[in-house]
Amino acid sequence: MTAITFHQTGSLTVGNRLLPPEQRTVQSTGTRTNALTCGHRACQGCGEALGARFVLDAAMRATGGQLVVVNATGCLEVFSTPYPESAWRIPWIHSLFGNAPAVASGVAAALRVRGRTDIRVLGQGGDGGTVDIGFGALSGMFERDDDVLFVCYDNEAYMNTGVQRSGATPPAARTATTQAVGPDPGNVFGQGKSAPLIAMAHEIPYVATATVADPHDLERKVARAMEFHGARYLHVLVPCPLGWGSATADTIRVARLAVQCGLFPLLEAERGQIVAVTPLRRAPVPVEEYLRIQKRYAHLFSPHMRTDVIDRIQALADRTIARFGLRSTGEA
Amino acid sequence: MLRQIEGSQAVAETVARCRPQVICAYPISPQTHIVEGLSRLVKAGELAGCEFVNVESEFAAMSVAIGAVAAGARTYTATASQGLLFMAEALYNASGLGLPIVMTVANRAIGAPINIWNDHSDAMSQRDSGWIQLYAESNQDAVDLHVQAFRLAEELSVPVMVCMDGFVLTHAYERVDVPTRQQVDAYLPPFTPRQQLDPDAPLTIGAMVGPEAFTEVRYLAHQVQRQALRRIPELAAEFETVFGRSAGGNVRPYRLADAQTVVVALGSVLGTLKDTVDEMRDDGIRVGALGLTTFRPFPAEALREALAPAPRVVVLERAFSVGTGGIVSADLDTALTGLPQRRYTVVAGLGGRPVTKASLRAVIEAALADELAPMTFLDLHQSTVEALP
Repeated sequence: MTAITFHQTGSLTVGNRLLPPEQRTVQSTGTRTNALTCGHRACQGCGEALGARFVLDAAMRATGGQLVVVNATGCLEVFSTPYPESAWRIPWIHSLFGNAPAVASGVAAALRVRGRTDIRVLGQGGDGGTVDIGFGALSGMFERDDDVLFVCYDNEAYMNTGVQRSGATPPAARTATTQAVGPDPGNVFGQGKSAPLIAMAHEIPYVATATVADPHDLERKVARAMEFHGARYLHVLVPCPLGWGSATADTIRVARLAVQCGLFPLLEAERGQIVAVTPLRRAPVPVEEYLRIQKRYAHLFSPHMRTDVIDRIQALADRTIARFGLRSTGEA
Repeated sequence: MLRQIEGSQAVAETVARCRPQVICAYPISPQTHIVEGLSRLVKAGELAGCEFVNVESEFAAMSVAIGAVAAGARTYTATASQGLLFMAEALYNASGLGLPIVMTVANRAIGAPINIWNDHSDAMSQRDSGWIQLYAESNQDAVDLHVQAFRLAEELSVPVMVCMDGFVLTHAYERVDVPTRQQVDAYLPPFTPRQQLDPDAPLTIGAMVGPEAFTEVRYLAHQVQRQALRRIPELAAEFETVFGRSAGGNVRPYRLADAQTVVVALGSVLGTLKDTVDEMRDDGIRVGALGLTTFRPFPAEALREALAPAPRVVVLERAFSVGTGGIVSADLDTALTGLPQRRYTVVAGLGGRPVTKASLRAVIEAALADELAPMTFLDLHQSTVEALP
């Protein structure tokens, strides 16, 4: 039997009966909406399905069930709505790949004019739909400060089309369009963008990052986002076993390691200012530990150790830790 | 009441009287005056219960419209030319989802070469997008078609484009009877969406449809378009009852009786064409004109009925399919299959080149003399052709 230490309770598991009811995750309660209900066609271990479930059930609780969801094209849309079936137990619309933030703006405008501002709007998509093809629409929604929470489920590549590089693909990662061949295998260094920081530059009411490894934190940020009106952005790291080449049982572990090694900082910002970061509780985990369990980085370990590349990734993690002050006091 | 008013302003005022709830817009000539007028009305508080959303692209304009109408708001936007092309993906989406958006297209050429002037290349490029396309002959017509467009769109839950010639109509000042709010209210009931995003009755809109049902979705969309062909003349008749003037319908015959040559056209060129027909009739030449108000759905039966007696049909094309020929002509050939008549395509007025009565008369005379080539470019400057690299 696995021993459970108390500090893990509730933060690293979906919910635990040891906690008083008010501290349990939305997901662990019998009153959750099951906004994305069972029977959908996501892969085993899908981080995006997990993330969407946490986010939407938390949003449903925060809004008293008064929620409309706009979905970009992508895995989440495809696996949840194979006609004539639908896994959505909420009002849900899918229009196109690159327009979900604009469609959400339209829904918000209609609700405003109909006097139904009690109904809240949540847009969602993968990293391709958010940071690449939908980025113009996202920025437009941000600058107009439309009353929409947009959630990006970031699995760092175009998984639905077969794992191609996106603007969120990290350096050295193997994808179908950044293959593990040649002298510098995988995605190049020095590219990509930080959607959360760009969102902050719009000075919108609320921006946060989260992962599926910490449902309490994720749900809290959704609830916090729903306390604001105007444009809000939540960027959720969701490992993809298929694209990352990680074990289906390791989705939570991989997401947790991404945070613990410093590559994925957890932060909250209001009106362009960072108001909170989640400090690393212990010394940062070496990035190698995070990379080694993902086949998308296998070329860094075989046939030769590419310590030069691993060092560069470590330097990225170190820089992120320093930039956002992720070390506890005195240890940085 | 008749007023001397700019076409765009007349359309803006008319759209306002149709009680839109969400208007989204991105600027592009020659459509801008319409949404400028509407934005002023909203900002001044003269259009209560309406949100005006300034968006970052035409793609976003159509996307905001999709979201707004799916959430139950009467929704309007306007565009032209490159803007319509930038919307293309969202146009198909709006029609595929059966969302009754009304949009003005201030018809303009498509680049390259960049050209801001009028022809029908933009709207014709979207002929298969599943949108109903109505073409205005005058600014009065444009105004009246907008009122009918909202009714048609919402009754059938299908998006409707009202095409009006850029600059020629949008920027022209002429006498227009802008409908009153009372008249519009008598004709256009409040919007009752067929489907709506509602937390009390959750719907999934935009599911993934595979081979097992995709054909059926398209089949049903086609049935709705056929229904529109029946409904458009009925709505035009009802419009005449309320407003006391005729507008809309599928086709508009003009002096077709005993015509030896009939010229088919869309949009504002019909004015010049009808004047030409009148002058030629005065000279005893038996010619007529047929205005095509509804281009999509294509009123094949009405056209066949109207054109069957004519020994010659000339199609005046304000757009052109490079490498193929006339766009309306191709549809018309299908509609008129088997009729013993000669048909000619005349490509005219591309990129804003004026179509004159003299040129039209020359073409018609050539047709009557059986000397017109199957396809002609009206007023082609041979010297410019030779000078181009």
